[in-house]
Amino acid sequence: MKVTDFINILNAECVTKFICDGKDYAYAFASDLMSDVLALADSSTVLITGLNNPQAIRTAEMMDISLIIMVRGKTPSKEIIELAIESDITILTTHHIMFEACGLLYKNGLRALAYEV
Amino acid sequence: MKYNSILKRYSYNVESYNFTDAGKCSSNIKKNLKLLNIDSKIVRRVAIVSYEAEINLVIHSLGGKLHCDIYEDKIVIISDDIGPGIDNIELAMTEGYSTATSTVMELGFGAGMGLPNMKKWSDEFNIKTQKSGTLISMTIKI
Repeated sequence: MKVTDFINILNAECVTKFICDGKDYAYAFASDLMSDVLALADSSTVLITGLNNPQAIRTAEMMDISLIIMVRGKTPSKEIIELAIESDITILTTHHIMFEACGLLYKNGLRALAYEV
Repeated sequence: MKYNSILKRYSYNVESYNFTDAGKCSSNIKKNLKLLNIDSKIVRRVAIVSYEAEINLVIHSLGGKLHCDIYEDKIVIISDDIGPGIDNIELAMTEGYSTATSTVMELGFGAGMGLPNMKKWSDEFNIKTQKSGTLISMTIKI
């Protein structure tokens, strides 16, 4: 699933003004707990989160995650957007709540990353 | 006998409860390792353990230092703080156990995965603690 697909499916807006199109995302991880992301996600993953602070960007940077979807109509600050651009991370924002966003993406073929508990 | 010495050390001061700067040191470590052409999988593991260590320094400690020591065959991340120490290491190492405040949890941390993640992503993990400070050493082999 490409960035433009996410935009269409979620009626999302790209706030970083930087589209890393070309990459195909097959997996997602949805969480507001960044330590869970550090434990389980990887670079093939899209991060879906309601966490609207710089630590969401830092966490994504550490995991080589290049696409973040912020749900629940959250609007990242200029500081967060600048940090994302600096880290080559694209942020999409959508008004869907997390459950709905995940459902729409799952319906369109996005899957959960395999992990061991 | 081959003497394994540090080729390069990066050191950073980490302030307690400074959430504005939290993560900057780890980001810098990651950038430096990429410039040294270290394998990306190794860089990612180092980034994770240093970030978790840095966040723990911010959230739980009175302040401290984060070091990244590069050897020919390994990278060692050291977290060295000035207190207040960990009361029960066994509990602290348990996934899901957290002493984080609600403020910290609102920032997306305090899930109780910090120390377990640091151990998970390291090849060797050592921790020593007393009231005057906690010293954590994490080795990732190259």
